[in-house]
Amino acid sequence: MGDLGGLNIMAEQIIFYILAVLIAIFSVLAVTSKHIIRSATYLLFVLLGTAGLYILLGYYYLFAVQIAVYAGGVMVLFIFAILLTNRPGEKVKSERKDRRIAAGITSLAGIAFCGHIIYWNINKVYSLVVPDEQKVQEIGLNLMGTEKYQYLLPFEFISVLLLACIVGAIMIARRR
Amino acid sequence: MLLEFSQPLEYTGLANWFDTTLGSWSLPVKLILVAVALLAAYAIIAMILIYVERKITAFFQARIGPNRVGKYGILQSVADVIKILLKEIIHINNVDKFLFFAAPFFMVVASMLTFGAIPFGKALQAVDFNIGVLYVTAVSSLGIIGVLLAGWSSNNKYSMIGAMRSGAQFVSYELSAGFALMTIVVLTGTMSFSEMIAKQEFCWNIFNGHISSIIAFVIYLISGHAETNRGPFDLPEAESELTAGYHTEYSGLQFGFFYLAEYLNMFIIASIATTVFLGGWMPIQIHGFDGFNQVMWYIPSYAWFFGKTGVLIFLSLWVRWSFPRLRIDQLLNLEWKYLLPINLVNILVMVILVIAGLTLTDLFPILAS
Repeated sequence: MGDLGGLNIMAEQIIFYILAVLIAIFSVLAVTSKHIIRSATYLLFVLLGTAGLYILLGYYYLFAVQIAVYAGGVMVLFIFAILLTNRPGEKVKSERKDRRIAAGITSLAGIAFCGHIIYWNINKVYSLVVPDEQKVQEIGLNLMGTEKYQYLLPFEFISVLLLACIVGAIMIARRR
Repeated sequence: MLLEFSQPLEYTGLANWFDTTLGSWSLPVKLILVAVALLAAYAIIAMILIYVERKITAFFQARIGPNRVGKYGILQSVADVIKILLKEIIHINNVDKFLFFAAPFFMVVASMLTFGAIPFGKALQAVDFNIGVLYVTAVSSLGIIGVLLAGWSSNNKYSMIGAMRSGAQFVSYELSAGFALMTIVVLTGTMSFSEMIAKQEFCWNIFNGHISSIIAFVIYLISGHAETNRGPFDLPEAESELTAGYHTEYSGLQFGFFYLAEYLNMFIIASIATTVFLGGWMPIQIHGFDGFNQVMWYIPSYAWFFGKTGVLIFLSLWVRWSFPRLRIDQLLNLEWKYLLPINLVNILVMVILVIAGLTLTDLFPILAS
């Protein structure tokens, strides 16, 4: 069985690297693409790759939510919104040079910041990962519980935030 | 002995044979074989469905239907497949090439992914997720992206309008289908298909939650039917208005992919309804009638599954050829003004039924398995 274990780990590593490379390539393409609808499609591939990473970690619930919410919900809305805009097929013009430099500096700072955090916390994260499968029943009880490490209050606060967003959107749409 | 026909792999000793002869490589080999088997099942089920649909449609319209290729036209869909494989894929100018070629794959991959989680029979399930129901609803929602991209990248107004209609329709009816499934999740307290089937041995979910379950079942059938863009809900490809909707510009195998995905989606909707409401591959069991139950178990589980699914598919064809097409505003009204409110109330009713202990298994504890 030792042979099989080695094979499994190797397969996991290979899948991880394939997913990581795909995510990296499509992230870059999503930003550099001149067609807005193509950017959206590349972003979709990034989100699907992230879902793949979740399934590799064994977080099936998170995987399903990632697909349902981002790939199935948000991306469909994005594409819908793009289709309804004036001319979705037109190429986007490049920005002015000073703006591009500013954007480059900002993204470099972002990479440095995230890299720093990841570099300093990577060992802690490794020890924190729990490989057990999370049961949906447990997740549900934790979301709806009021005890310590349970999330009813944040859950309700988020729903208030969403309600505020909806009311705001209606207000903006009505004013015209 | 007869019982083991339900598990063909165990019966023939094929699974053990792989383990002993291949040693540590048996797992990868088995994975590949499962994938090939699923792909083959995908194609074969589609071919059978196309034949069945054409034949049943013909009977509804008082025609004979396909009758030239083979006895009763049985080989008609084989001939169709060969034709579609040989057809030229026409390259169209002024389309977004990448998205145009990617779109059909979204459709096929989305329905292919759901295929892995469907329990075709006892121990005949590729992946048994803890979150089976959620997985299926999540993954099947990817298909609509293929439709939207196909409609846009074709650079054609008909395609575009068809895709927009399809998108609006799918997004709205997905809500209802999801809520109807959630009603049953409330009833069974699990999202895993295998556990759901195990709990339905003596009392199918559709009877277990009586009022609420039946409402959920009807809503699921309606909204599932709408999601597949068929029957009275085929606005996205309304021939008389939009030529063929979002796949107007596609030809050859690319059109074949859309066609295949449409038929398979019909099968997937029917099989999920079977699994969630009608006991999946579980034979009809009556508590106390042990002899009868034993006889029922002799019929293999996959026969039960395909039988129940077949009944639901027939129902969907019946609906398709019996009702006139809806207008787009009627379609959206039906979902947002009728199905969705009914559904929300229905979930509440189900919660009350479960908490108050009014489900059939609570009232008659011998029915619980």
